[in-house]
Amino acid sequence: MLRPLSTLGSYVLLMRRVLTKPQKGKLFWQQLFFEIDQLGLDSLGIVAFISVFMGAVVAIQTAYNIDSPLIPMSMVGFTTRQSIILEFSPTVICLILAGKVGSRIASQIGTMRVTEQIDALEIMGVNSANYLIFPKVVASVLIYPVLIVFSMWLGIIGGGAAMMFSKLVSMHDYIHGIRIDFEAFTIFYALTKTIFFAFIIATVSGFFGYQTQGGALEVGQASTKAVVVSSIVIILFNLVLTQLLLG
Amino acid sequence: MIEGRNINKFFGDNHVLRDVSCTFHPGKTNLIIGQSGSGKTVLMKCLVGLFEVDSGQVLYDSRNFSAMNIEQRKEIRQELGMLFQGAALFDSLTVEGNVMFPLNMFTKKSAEEKIERVNFVLKRVNLENRNKLMPSELSGGMKKRVAIARAIVMNPKYLFCDEPNSGLDPQTSNVIDLLIQELTYEYGITTIVNTHDMNSVLSIGDSIEFIYQGQIWWSGNKEEILHMGNKELNDFVFGTELTKRLRK
Ligand SMILES: Nc1ncnc2c1ncn2[C@@H]1O[C@H](COP(=O)(O)OP(=O)(O)OP(=O)(O)O)[C@@H](O)[C@H]1O
Ligand SMILES: [Mg+2]
Repeated sequence: MLRPLSTLGSYVLLMRRVLTKPQKGKLFWQQLFFEIDQLGLDSLGIVAFISVFMGAVVAIQTAYNIDSPLIPMSMVGFTTRQSIILEFSPTVICLILAGKVGSRIASQIGTMRVTEQIDALEIMGVNSANYLIFPKVVASVLIYPVLIVFSMWLGIIGGGAAMMFSKLVSMHDYIHGIRIDFEAFTIFYALTKTIFFAFIIATVSGFFGYQTQGGALEVGQASTKAVVVSSIVIILFNLVLTQLLLG
Repeated sequence: MIEGRNINKFFGDNHVLRDVSCTFHPGKTNLIIGQSGSGKTVLMKCLVGLFEVDSGQVLYDSRNFSAMNIEQRKEIRQELGMLFQGAALFDSLTVEGNVMFPLNMFTKKSAEEKIERVNFVLKRVNLENRNKLMPSELSGGMKKRVAIARAIVMNPKYLFCDEPNSGLDPQTSNVIDLLIQELTYEYGITTIVNTHDMNSVLSIGDSIEFIYQGQIWWSGNKEEILHMGNKELNDFVFGTELTKRLRK
């Protein structure tokens, strides 16, 4: 019981050093663009791939599960849209990103720790926590919503494509379905979650990387821990945020 | 001048530094020598503030470093360069990027001025025209020299070197040692070098602190060290087959 608490304490202490104004604005902007590329744009391919197939599967399953003639086939479009916007894009894609980006952040910072690069920064008088982690946090919070909106589009398109090829539902019905009762609030809800998840992934992985002690073995462990813990925290926050925003 | 006064450092129950007092002079290469595990690295990290001392003081030209907070320490940090045991180059930056890093971070120099300074220090460590190489493309000795260039680019008053020649062959070690010594004399730097290499001790030991089990056991210089009656010191100095035979 005490260890999670003291870990949480160290996390909060580290965040106090991370979330401050960067020492040198120009360097920060350079890093920010670099990280947007590394942490966001670099994941476009995997996000696109997963979104299209996920959308297709959701649509097919929904179509097969509607066997009552009383339910209009446009429900397939509607259900696909809702599932993708509310849950699949923000949560599932963020969990995937926790694996891809989280391990990358933790191992990168962990390696810098065990090879004394972080000490070298500190010696110069650089706030290493801020210098290394803050641009990653800002980049994630800015770029993840873009990725998730992109994923929503592709998910819905993937569902449509599946319907077109399987002929389970006509295009007309599907498109009609994805337009029924659209509420902009669902997008707001999804993107709010995304921003929280982005923050969690960048800070939790940064934390485990920064705390690494030892050598290459410990860097590997730190990166595993980063992925596991950020995924757990994302799942917990998903419940809390859903309750707060929709409840 | 850097002074350590009655420094104590514990890691849990492990009393690593025991009442260490030492003085390091400007314009000299000051060596901290001792066996592996004797506490050299811990002492150096206490001096630069990477570890906090449990009791005692560290003074930089009479400024009480131990009593300062992070903000106040920044001023001293910018007068200080450090060469780490494993060079600690930033592996995402080129040679040039590494050496220029402190300039980018702490100065308002123009791009031309910065590049001029970088080329000057790279020339000083005999690494001209290697600006665009990545650290992964360098040999161990070259990495050390880039790290020295990075440590001196801001004209430090204090230079710390943790085992500058670990992992290098004797000749390359000697080149690095002499480079450190030349820079020290040229710019009047207060240089502190951790080493357990007797070759370094005899070639650049202007002033030597011998640390044994966390205590300063003996202080002196390279002329005196071969003629001391101290058992622990002699065990260290004449610890290898070569030196034992030479002694006879
Ligand atoms: N971060 C740390 N946490 C706990 N104990 C440590 C830590 N760093 C060093 N020690 C302990 O301090 C003692 C001195 O270690 P130190 O690294 O200073 O030795 P050294 O003289 O530099 O040796 P070497 O020549 O091998 O580098 C050792 O007993 C070591 O176990
Ligand atoms: Mg050491």
